[in-house]
Amino acid sequence: MIKIIKPGLLTTVQDLGRYGFQKYGIIASGAMDQLSHRIANLLVGNDESKPALEITLIGPVIEFTETALISLAGGNLSPKINGCAIDLWRPTLVSKGSTLSFGPCKTGCRAYLAIAGSFQITTVMGSDSTYLRAGIGGFKGRALKAGDVLRSEPMSKCSTRIFQRLSKRLAERDYIEATWMADPILSSCYMGKPPIRVIKGRQYHWFTEESKQDFFQKEFMVTSQSDRMGYRLKGEPLALATAEEMVSEAVGNGSIQVPAEGNPIVLLADRQTTGGYPKIAQIATVDLPIIAQAKPGDKLQFKLISLKESQLMYLEREERIRQLKIGISLLHG
Amino acid sequence: MDYQLHPFGDNGIMIELGTAISPDIQKRVRTIASFLDQYPFVWMIEYIPAFTSVTVLYDIGHHELVKDGCFPYEQACEELREAIEGLSLEEGQLPRLIEIPVCYGGELGPDLKFVARHNGLSVEEVIRIHKTRTYNIHMIGFAPGFPYMGGMSEKIATPRKETPRLTIPAGSVGIAGKQTGIYSIETPGGWQIIGRSPVQLFRPFNNPPSLLRAGDVITFKEITYQEYIEWEDRDDKNN
Repeated sequence: MIKIIKPGLLTTVQDLGRYGFQKYGIIASGAMDQLSHRIANLLVGNDESKPALEITLIGPVIEFTETALISLAGGNLSPKINGCAIDLWRPTLVSKGSTLSFGPCKTGCRAYLAIAGSFQITTVMGSDSTYLRAGIGGFKGRALKAGDVLRSEPMSKCSTRIFQRLSKRLAERDYIEATWMADPILSSCYMGKPPIRVIKGRQYHWFTEESKQDFFQKEFMVTSQSDRMGYRLKGEPLALATAEEMVSEAVGNGSIQVPAEGNPIVLLADRQTTGGYPKIAQIATVDLPIIAQAKPGDKLQFKLISLKESQLMYLEREERIRQLKIGISLLHG
Repeated sequence: MDYQLHPFGDNGIMIELGTAISPDIQKRVRTIASFLDQYPFVWMIEYIPAFTSVTVLYDIGHHELVKDGCFPYEQACEELREAIEGLSLEEGQLPRLIEIPVCYGGELGPDLKFVARHNGLSVEEVIRIHKTRTYNIHMIGFAPGFPYMGGMSEKIATPRKETPRLTIPAGSVGIAGKQTGIYSIETPGGWQIIGRSPVQLFRPFNNPPSLLRAGDVITFKEITYQEYIEWEDRDDKNN
């Protein structure tokens, strides 16, 4: 059981999304950075799709009312147990009565907190994700507030093993970190602000030659009008070769659409299901975690790749996650 | 059936069935949607139907799509083509008729004057033209239970706002190009807002969670601001 002492800027319960209802206009939602969400869960022996907390920019203060196995992944928001810094990407056993707090945002902007046994959540339309605008799912359909108490489900076999092994070394300490961690290749995709790889959008050919060049050569800044629904970018305005009013069609996670004023909007986890602005590009699934960790003021660059490259990179990434799962189950299965 | 397949990001296929809104294209969309409801592919995550297209989202790493070193996109396209070739168009059922009350203009319809000016009409003429038509619901999408409707008079067509608004209240009735629609939850959006309805379109604990569905026929009934307030109060008491 955990208790929220301070909620932070925006702390919500998320899983990997609500699927099957986009045909009724119900957004997919889910963790913005699904890679970190999945890894955080795997590190504590949970199924990767279990609900975890998505923590945004300013972290919460959380009290553990019983000894808990936790892990943090994603953005480095300087997590601390009772004031001592702990690592990301590594399981940590936290003793009863300890407090998790956060400090400055060093890298990225979203951290994922998983706890062994995950959280008891009432599933709505097949998912535990919080759908903020509609006020449903997750914890009471809203972001966490001070005083909220979240209970866990019973731990998996794998979680119990990791828990027991660490508890031998916990003794009188406040916390103990595991000696092993996630493959740094998985967690390093955020480092050094790499260009975000995209494939052509459905209306790519509608844009002027100059705009197509600008899109891949100029930098675009993430503005403060950015949230889980999408990021509004600012840069060289992009223009269509001919004025066209399009008929609304599906949009996806990472669709980059351009309204008439010319500044691109990147659609993300809480995006609408369909839209009527031309799409110049679509972010490769493997690079969605990079943009999910970009914050207002950050500058982005886009790089064109083929659909085939994008799918191959996805398969490679999934293979690494599979290796991580095998590794954890061999150690603790 | 005429169609084209296009990549939609790296995990989707857009089945394009035409370029203009028409009853014939809509029939194709509904035929494919009901096929996917009845016979979902094992690798399909879900599908999103629209005016002239159906977008199928798939699991890139599904073993059916990567077997024998296949390129997942090509493999999924092949299976889709095979399925679509075998489909025959569905016969339509009789549509449901639904009346939606709307309070036009004022603070509930801040863009009504702009729509009138853009089309060289008076505000009253815009209202009259909007409420005297019947509208077919072509698709539900964009927001939960949000109906995209065809049948609006081109006399009141108005382009979307250059910069979308950050919040538009639930129930707002808007115009975008040649389309009209009703916002079902509070959300950002670029439509020109001409009025607001007190009716709830999104019902998260009902199945399906949307009051309206593709194929319904809608009419708008003008109500006064007073009637709007009374309707909302009544709904609050019932909930």
